[in-house]
Amino acid sequence: MADAVFLALTVITIGSAIAALEMRSLIYGSIALMGTLGGIAGFFFLLDAPFVALFQLAVYVGSIAVLILFTVMLVKRELIFKKIEDRKRKFAGIGLMLVVMVSLGAVFLDSGIKTITTDEPAVDFRDIGTDFVTYYWPALILMGLILAGSVTGALVLARREDVENDQRVS
Amino acid sequence: MTNELVDFTLVSIALLAIGIYGLAVKRNFIRMLFAVEIIINAANLNLVAFGRFIPDSGGQTLALFSIAIAAAEVAVGLSLIIVAYRMYQNVDIADFRSLKG
Repeated sequence: MADAVFLALTVITIGSAIAALEMRSLIYGSIALMGTLGGIAGFFFLLDAPFVALFQLAVYVGSIAVLILFTVMLVKRELIFKKIEDRKRKFAGIGLMLVVMVSLGAVFLDSGIKTITTDEPAVDFRDIGTDFVTYYWPALILMGLILAGSVTGALVLARREDVENDQRVS
Repeated sequence: MTNELVDFTLVSIALLAIGIYGLAVKRNFIRMLFAVEIIINAANLNLVAFGRFIPDSGGQTLALFSIAIAAAEVAVGLSLIIVAYRMYQNVDIADFRSLKG
C-alpha cells in the first residue's frame, strides 16, 4: 500500500499536469508544468534514485521550464491568454483519455504486476557512473554530439537575418 | 518498501492519458509541447520504477539518457515555435496548414 508522501506527490503531479494543460494563461501553465516535473523528481527520490532525481531537477525544472517560460514571453500578449479549442473535440479528448486510462490500467492490474515486490537494496549511484564510462561510453559520446547538434540547429533555426543589417546601420 | 511497483505504473498511466488528451484537444503549439513533456516524464518514471524493482542499474541509466535527449528535443521544438510564430504571427497549429507538404 502506498504511503502518505506518495499520495501527496501523486496529487501534486497529476493536479499540476492537468493545470498545465487547462490554465487560461500560458505563463501559469508553464509554472504548473514545473510542478509536474518537480513531482516526478520527488517520485525518483522515493524510488531511491537520488542521482536521476537531481538530474531531473537540474535539467527539467532548472533549464527546460525556464526555456519554455522565455518562449512564452516572446509570444504576443493576447495569444498567451487566448484559448483555442473546440467543445466537441474536448469531449472526444476526455473520452480518449478515459479509454486509455481504464484500458491500460485494467491490463496492468490484471497482469500480475501487483505481486512484484523487492527487499533488495537499491542500486548504488556509483554503479551508474561506472556504467556510463565503461559499458555505455559510445552512447554517452553520441548523446553529447546529438545535444551539441540540436542546440546548434536550434540556434540556426531561430536566427533572424533581417535584424543584422539594422544593427549595422545604427 | 511500502510503495509497490503497481502504484508507480498507475501514476505513469494517468500522466500518459493526460498527455494524450492534451495532444488531441489543444491546438496551441506551446501547450502541445507541454503534453509531450508530460508523456516523456511518464515514460521516465516507468523506467526508474522498473529499474528499482528488478533491481538493475540499467533503468536509471536509460532514464538519464532519456532526460538528456528530451532536453535536446525541447530546444529544437521551441526554436520551431519561434520560427513558426515569426512566419504566421500565431501559435495556433491550424494556421500552419501551408506547411503541409
